[in-house]
Amino acid sequence: MSQEKNMSDDQDVITGIKAPVYLKYNFTAGAAPARFLAQIKKGVLTGQRCPKCSAVYVPPRGSCASCGVATEEEVVLSDKATVQSFTIVSIPIPGNPIQPPYIIANVVPDGANISFIHLLSECVNEEIHIGQRVQAVWKPEAEWDYAMDNIRYFKPLDEADVPVDRIGKLPVTGLEG
Amino acid sequence: MSQPEILNQAFELGYTYTRSTGPVVGRFLTELKKRNIVGIKASDGRVVVPPMEYDPDTAAELSEFVQVGQQGEIVSFAWVKEPRAAHPMQVPFAWAMIKLDGADVPMIHCVAAAAESDIATGARVRAVWADETIGFITDIRCFELV
Amino acid sequence: MKQIAIVAYQQTDSVSDAGAVNEVELIMPVLARTFKQAGLKSAQDVGFTCSGSCDYLQGAAFAFVAGVDALGAVPPIKESHVEMDAAWALYESMLKIRMGHADSALIYGFGKSSPGELPIVLSQQLDPYYLAPLWVDSISLAAMQARIMLDRGLITERDMAEVVSRSRRNAMNNPHAQLSGDISPEDVLAEETYLSPLRKADCCPVSDGASAMIIATVEQAKAWGLPYVIISGIDHCIETHNLGMRDLTDSVSTRIAANRAGMNAGKVDVAELYAPFSHQEIILTRALGLDEGTSVNPSGGVLAGNLMMASGLSRIGEVFNRIVKGEARRGIAHATSGPCLQHNLVTVLEQGENA
Repeated sequence: MSQEKNMSDDQDVITGIKAPVYLKYNFTAGAAPARFLAQIKKGVLTGQRCPKCSAVYVPPRGSCASCGVATEEEVVLSDKATVQSFTIVSIPIPGNPIQPPYIIANVVPDGANISFIHLLSECVNEEIHIGQRVQAVWKPEAEWDYAMDNIRYFKPLDEADVPVDRIGKLPVTGLEG
Repeated sequence: MSQPEILNQAFELGYTYTRSTGPVVGRFLTELKKRNIVGIKASDGRVVVPPMEYDPDTAAELSEFVQVGQQGEIVSFAWVKEPRAAHPMQVPFAWAMIKLDGADVPMIHCVAAAAESDIATGARVRAVWADETIGFITDIRCFELV
Repeated sequence: MKQIAIVAYQQTDSVSDAGAVNEVELIMPVLARTFKQAGLKSAQDVGFTCSGSCDYLQGAAFAFVAGVDALGAVPPIKESHVEMDAAWALYESMLKIRMGHADSALIYGFGKSSPGELPIVLSQQLDPYYLAPLWVDSISLAAMQARIMLDRGLITERDMAEVVSRSRRNAMNNPHAQLSGDISPEDVLAEETYLSPLRKADCCPVSDGASAMIIATVEQAKAWGLPYVIISGIDHCIETHNLGMRDLTDSVSTRIAANRAGMNAGKVDVAELYAPFSHQEIILTRALGLDEGTSVNPSGGVLAGNLMMASGLSRIGEVFNRIVKGEARRGIAHATSGPCLQHNLVTVLEQGENA
């Protein structure tokens, strides 16, 4: 594997080796993720509802982690969401092309009970707060693929904040619905 | 609920590790770089190639290096008709357990041979060195039939 | 010391490619059937949960954590994981019960080997300085082991073909088997070699699937009112990683583990042996001193389907099934890990009062 020179403490004595391991795989999305990805390719966010506790998961993995049962009922969600938590990233992360500072947030789409992580933009970083209303900014339709980054980021909405105890509990119609 | 499409994505996972050799493996690899093969004496006097740091039977720390030959005898082999992409040779070859002259324990490496019928248990082989040696097990490119 | 018993066992079919199924989706149905068999609802109803899997198989880091989503782990449960076959998860679970930390345990193993190139993935469990960088695959190592046996006259190719034939025929009665059929030794011998001296039929297939088991103290099993099979002994033993220093024609570690587990305290009616290659079944049978009085691999063994990280647990489950059905009173199950039977675990199972 390694055609490069190995490490040595002088010209003659080997004290370390480079031994990289590269393995090839063919990843297959599970049934629930595949259905989610097929919908997001059409610009639709879908979750799955637990038959026992009614929690709606997005993106769904096929089970309710609380109850340990299969989630099958699919639920179309809004692309409006609420910020559940966030962090302002001020340092460059190796391999990440996004220039700091930027915001990573846990957002809960209306109609779902579980947050997912995405970017926030078109905002004043210092003004973002928990309970902030946001909406997805989508790529042009021609670029949609089986991918979460069909949504470029979420941007603030001019709507009233969601009280902390209602975050993750909004219907698909939002705070007023 | 609709049947899901099957979505596949090929990917390569890389673990770009470096490893410290310690004195025993380091000595072996240092010698390989010089196109020389050394083993180590186990507690019962058997010469083990490549050298181990500790005796598997007694757990004693081993330190007595022994020069061994660059030729040896095939103890067992497997004939690879269809090499895999990761394999060190991309034409049919053999993996073999090779007992080098002066060693008591066989080592595993690959053997170049034109056909399965050319190779046999007991056959004599010799080390073929890489064009450039760097202190790595592949400094021995392969073994070839004598 | 509290006696521990198996009360439930289930496995998925062994398939060459599970397709659009993630870890949770692979595990959940088999867990649901296992809970149902034991009359339980979720992992909340057992005292401990332990799983066995290996993330290298499908190349997904911490995939075993996703498996926890199948358990119903809210409120939090006592849970552990081994990066090994789930037979070793059973071992850990028994220790947990013996220490008095639980009265029952759920054990499950799962493996999705189809996404990767399994024999090459397994090369990376070898010595990282001398062998892993050469990418010596697991089948080639087994082929060298088989040749030593053949060269020394310890086995013939026909002996190996008979193992394959018996596996395929036994597997016709195993609804979960991946490879089965009325194949004669002659049919096997007519195949050309694949990785000489091995034929393809001498090698276990690459499989996807999962298995699960519930164990409990005998008191708990009785309280649940379930038929149970007692685990009267379990032990495991490992040999050096240096293949050149091992006697590859024998399995000393299996014999030691079996003796310590108490195999010889009674007649062995059935033995399920984890032999991924045909010649290894012969090595194990001889190392354990089994004779015609023991039915070996009536399920077909792993030549009929090899669920990496689950088939060791499945061997134990298969013996449990035989004893519960009354086809055997006492049996042993063997699990293995590493190249050429490096690490071996033996479990002794005996009929409980109400099995």
